[in-house]
Amino acid sequence: MIDALLAPFQYEFMQRAFVAALVVGTLCSTIGTYVVLRKLSFIGDGIAHASFAGIVIAYLRGMDYYVGAAIVAVLTALGIGYVTRRAKVSLDTAIGVLFTGAFALGVFLMSRLPTYNIDLQGFLFGNILAVSRADIVLILVLAALVFAVLILIYRPLLYASFDPVVAEASGIPVPLIDYVLLVLLALTVVISLEAVGIVLVAALLVTPAATAYQLTRRFRRMLALSALIGAICAVAGLYASYYLHAASGATIVLLVTLVFFMAMVSKRYRVVGSPGRTTE
Amino acid sequence: MAIAVRARDLTVRYDGVLALDRVNLTLDEGQALGIVGPNGSGKSTLLKAVAGLIAPAGGSIHVFDGAPRSQPPGSIAYVPQVEAVDWSFPANVYDVVAMGRFPRMRALSPFSKHDREVVDAALEALHIGDLRNRHISQLSGGQQQRAFIARAIAQEPRLLLLDEPTTGVDAATEEALREFVRGLVAHGMPVLMTTHDLERATEWFDRLMVVDRRVLAEGAPATVLESGAYAGIREHAHTHGHLRTDAIQEHAEHD
Repeated sequence: MIDALLAPFQYEFMQRAFVAALVVGTLCSTIGTYVVLRKLSFIGDGIAHASFAGIVIAYLRGMDYYVGAAIVAVLTALGIGYVTRRAKVSLDTAIGVLFTGAFALGVFLMSRLPTYNIDLQGFLFGNILAVSRADIVLILVLAALVFAVLILIYRPLLYASFDPVVAEASGIPVPLIDYVLLVLLALTVVISLEAVGIVLVAALLVTPAATAYQLTRRFRRMLALSALIGAICAVAGLYASYYLHAASGATIVLLVTLVFFMAMVSKRYRVVGSPGRTTE
Repeated sequence: MAIAVRARDLTVRYDGVLALDRVNLTLDEGQALGIVGPNGSGKSTLLKAVAGLIAPAGGSIHVFDGAPRSQPPGSIAYVPQVEAVDWSFPANVYDVVAMGRFPRMRALSPFSKHDREVVDAALEALHIGDLRNRHISQLSGGQQQRAFIARAIAQEPRLLLLDEPTTGVDAATEEALREFVRGLVAHGMPVLMTTHDLERATEWFDRLMVVDRRVLAEGAPATVLESGAYAGIREHAHTHGHLRTDAIQEHAEHD
């Protein structure tokens, strides 16, 4: 019985996959709290699709795919921030323009290749079982960097997320904080590509935080709950995918989606009898 | 008293449209300056320029003899009109007021005893201590306004900018705010505030300015009110007076 439960862990590639799932799940859902509160749900999707151009360019130049993806993702993220400020368009419009543009560049470059051996399916849907030892090191280093910066800018980022205008008047460098958040998001998306893929990374950014939002009305609790939900779902989803013989990225995303609806329904029942929720 | 704000021929454009035209303004410490004018007259724009949120197209703006953005963090407290934020944000009243401390805090430093004391004092000063654990979405308009002013005070600012703090609040809140702000002014705080409420202008302000892109009149409130410089504006104020009555009723039901 125990042997059966521990079966997935006997393979080294599965052990690496669990580490990757844990780190990616926690990281995405932590930064996802800001994504949800700032109503940037579209952005993870945007940066992920844009990074596809980086993967193709890296292939053409014989570079590491992740370096290419990271460069294009960061540039796209900064471009989104810049276009929003300069063109005075809303953020979702800026994202729409830049991500489709960058994704089209990726498709364009790839379509001109006579042959290619990029694992397209792997990038679109993720292939967490293929995470190498070097990938794990990269994921851990980048994740540590993102967490460290998030801790360092915790207060200015919180203030800028709630009330950017007043925060800026009080002397907080809001534009800088916004750009830093976009760069952290880009790095998070790139780290997550191998685990869940371009198409599904947005779910890990948005759904755990949206779930936590159903359960609390305090920021710190939302941040902690979101990270916890993301971590548990990523590991549990990977575990389930092993026994269901299903794609790991899709299983993880299905699990967080299920948890979101459970939280939504449970809130509905709780509010009815809640003494703290009377309208006065 | 030292000069807190000095604007010289301040000109601001939004996408090429003239919002403020060569505005001159001086505000001393320990003085409250009221700004009245119709909607779209550039009142709020003037406050934003003083806060350093908008770069002037011409002229200059000085806060304590420097550019607004060159002031140490926490120097300028700006209280916008309350509609401006997302009230479903996961924060209670205490959380919001505590944000006032953020500009003055170093990264990683914990919330100190002094920080907590300042936040508590700000909550008490605005009479919202009993609402500290309430989620911000469950506040009435007057309570929201008081929470925002408490946050500004918790910042321990050197300059206070208030954008129509009396719009949409009931008479009791208006009076409480007025007494509170006059108390700050008496302790030397310079206050720049926009308003639609001309009736109380003499009680709120030491000086009053009528703005409609340009400065139309400026001086002691009673003198400015008698000068008739705001003749065209009075009609506006009246329509707003009616709107405000409705708002009071609405909020009275919430309270």
